[in-house]
Amino acid sequence: MNTTSKNIFLSLLALTGGLYAQADTLSDVQAKGSLSCGVSSGLVGFSSTDSAGRWKGLDVDICRAVAAATLGDANKVKFVPLTAKERFTALQSGEIDLLSRNTTWTTTRDTSLGFNFAGVNYYDGQGFMVKKSLGVTSAKELNGATFCLQAGTTTELTLADYFVSNGMSYHSSPSDTSAQSKKGFSTGRCDALTSDQSQLYALKTTLKDPSSAIILKDIISKEPLGPVVRQGDDKWFNIVKWSLNAMIGAEEFGINSNNVNAKFKNPEALRLLGRSGNLHKHLGLSKKWAFNIISQVGNYAQSFDRNVGKDTPLNISRGLNALWRDGGILYSPPFR
Amino acid sequence: MAVFKQQVAKKAPNLKIGVIHWLRENLFSSVVNSVLTLLALYLIYLIVPTVVNWALFDATFAPVTNEQCGREGACWSYIIEKLDLFMYGFYPPESYWRPQWVLILALIFVWIAKLLKQHKYKTKIVTTLIIIYPIIALFLLYGGLSLEIVETHKWGGLMLTIVVATAGIVASFPIGVLLALGRQSKMPVIRFLSVVYIEFIRGLPLITILFMASVVLPLFFNEGMDMDKLLRALIGITLFQSVYIAEVIRGGLQVIPKGQYEAADAMGLSFVQKTGLIILPQALKISIPNIVGSFIALFKDTTLLLIIGLFDILSMVHLTSSDENWLGRSTEGYVFVMVVMWIILYSMSRYSKALELRYSTDHKN
Repeated sequence: MNTTSKNIFLSLLALTGGLYAQADTLSDVQAKGSLSCGVSSGLVGFSSTDSAGRWKGLDVDICRAVAAATLGDANKVKFVPLTAKERFTALQSGEIDLLSRNTTWTTTRDTSLGFNFAGVNYYDGQGFMVKKSLGVTSAKELNGATFCLQAGTTTELTLADYFVSNGMSYHSSPSDTSAQSKKGFSTGRCDALTSDQSQLYALKTTLKDPSSAIILKDIISKEPLGPVVRQGDDKWFNIVKWSLNAMIGAEEFGINSNNVNAKFKNPEALRLLGRSGNLHKHLGLSKKWAFNIISQVGNYAQSFDRNVGKDTPLNISRGLNALWRDGGILYSPPFR
Repeated sequence: MAVFKQQVAKKAPNLKIGVIHWLRENLFSSVVNSVLTLLALYLIYLIVPTVVNWALFDATFAPVTNEQCGREGACWSYIIEKLDLFMYGFYPPESYWRPQWVLILALIFVWIAKLLKQHKYKTKIVTTLIIIYPIIALFLLYGGLSLEIVETHKWGGLMLTIVVATAGIVASFPIGVLLALGRQSKMPVIRFLSVVYIEFIRGLPLITILFMASVVLPLFFNEGMDMDKLLRALIGITLFQSVYIAEVIRGGLQVIPKGQYEAADAMGLSFVQKTGLIILPQALKISIPNIVGSFIALFKDTTLLLIIGLFDILSMVHLTSSDENWLGRSTEGYVFVMVVMWIILYSMSRYSKALELRYSTDHKN
C-alpha cells in the first residue's frame, strides 16, 4: 500500500473509531479489573519477557504504571502483543485500552487517525555505530564512509538527507534484516552501521567483541516514542499522561520505590504522593494513584536503568532521556 | 597322470568388488560424475565441520548465563533457559499438567481404538471418543467449572502450534468432505455455492485471511464484544484448509469408477448409504497421501501466526531472543525449532506411509 491509500484506509478506521467517542475507558477498565495494553511482540528493552514469561521493558512499565494508578495493582495488565501493522486497529476497535508499543509521535498519527499521544517515554533517533579502530568521534567525520543499513526503511532516507544537507558523500550497503546488517558490519563490509539508537545498543552487545565498536553521540532524526490512547476520552487521556508524568516527576523529586514511604518536604512531592491537595480527584483516581505507581513500578530512572540502562547489558546512556536539569529533555509539568 | 590339486579360488579383482568398485560405480563412473563428486565433497568439507563445531564442539550445554556462553559456538543454555516458553508459552507452570494430559489422553484414545480391532461396537465407541475428545481437551486447556481458567492469550509455544494445527485439521476435514461432495452434487445451487466458495478461498493466500481475521474483523464488532484472537485465527485457518481438503478429496472421488455408483444404485442404497458406505471409503483411501500432505502443509502454515501476534513456537524465538539478557541467540532458537518441526513432520509423513500400506487393497503388485 502506498502512503496515500494507507492514510485513507486509516482515516476510515478513525471514522469508525468515532462511534465509540463517548466511551468511558476508566470505568470499563475498573469493571473488567484489568487493563488491556498493546505492546510489541518482542523488542529489546522495550517489551519482552523474562524466562518465566513475565513481561518487562520500558513500554511494558507504562502499562504497569497505568494499571497501578487505576486499579491499584501493577500486575493487573493483560498484555496484547501486536505487530506494527495491527497496532492501530487494535486500539481503534477497543481490543486494547492503551497502546504502548514504541510508536513514533508524528503529526499524521496524532491528527488523522483519531489518536492522542499521551507524552514521550523514550526519545529515540537514528544513530551510528562505528569501529573503534576508525578513530571517529562524530558523524561529521564520516564523509565517504560505507554504511550498513536496513533496506526499505526510513533509515535510508534520513541518512541521505543528512549527508546531502551536510555536503558529504557516502556509500550504502543495504540488507533485509538487522541481523544481516550486523553481519555486514562485523565482517567489515561497511565502516558504520546506522539504525535507531536503541537498536544499535542491542546489536552492539551481540558482536563477537562488543568493545571493538562505539556508538556515536550524534542523532540525526527525531523518534519520540510514547503511549497512545483513543481520541474522545479526555479523562483516560489525562490518566495516561499523568501516570507517565508521575514517573518522571518522582525522579525529579528523588522519590523511588524504596523511599516512597519516607518523609518529604517538597510540597510538590507531597501533592504527587497524595499527602496533601486533591489532584487525584481531578483525575478521578484514588488518593494513592501515584504512590502505587512509584511503589510498584518505580520512578522513570528506575524503569530506565532496569530495562535499557546501566543494569542491563544494553547499557544505554540517558542522553536525551535524562531530566532537563541533567542535560536531557525529560520534563514533567508541575503537580499543582 | 596329471594330478589336479584343488586350487584356492582367486578373489575377484579388486576393481570389481568392495569399496573401490562401489566408488567407481557410483561416484566416479564418468568425468562429469567425478567432478561433481569432488565438488560435493568440497562443499561438505566447507559446511559440515563448521556446523558441527558450532553446534557441538564449541557449544555450551550447561545452564549458564549468556555472557558465560561466549560467542564462539552455539549456546544451548538459551534453549534450556527458555524451554518452558518454547513448549507452553505463558501457560501458568502449575498447570502444565493440563496440556500434558491432553496429549496423554490422545494417546490413550488411539490405543483403545487399536485394542478394539473388530469389536462389534467399535464404530460406536470410536465415534464417541472422537466426539468427546475435543470437549475434554478444550475443558482441560481453557478451564471452567472447578478448573482455573487460562485465557487463550496465555497459550503459546509448541502447545499453541499443535492446538492450532490439530483444531484446523479436525475442523476442516468434515467441511472439506462436504464441500467435495457439494461440488460433485447434481443440485445446481449446492454445486454453485461450493464452487464459488472453493474458488474464492483458493484464490487467497493464508496470510491475507489471517490479516482479515486479526485486523479487519474486529472493526465490525461493537466495542467490548471482542472475539478471541485465537478463535478468529482458527476460523480463518479452517476456512482455508477445508478448501484444500475438498480439492484433494474431489481428486479421490473422480477416480472411483462409474460402475461403483451404479452398483450401489442397483442394490437400492440411498444416497447417504451409497456415499457413506461405497464411495467415500474408497475415495478417502486413495486420497490419504494427499490429505496428509496438506495437513503437513497446514502444520507448517501455523508459523504464520507470527504475523498476527500469536506466539507459536517460531514467534517464541523472536520474543525470547529480545530478552536483553539473552541477546543474539536467535540462531540457536531457529535451529531448535527446525529440529522440533522436522521430528513432528517426519513422524506425520511416516504415519501416512503406514496408513497407506494398511489400507492398501488395490491391485498394484
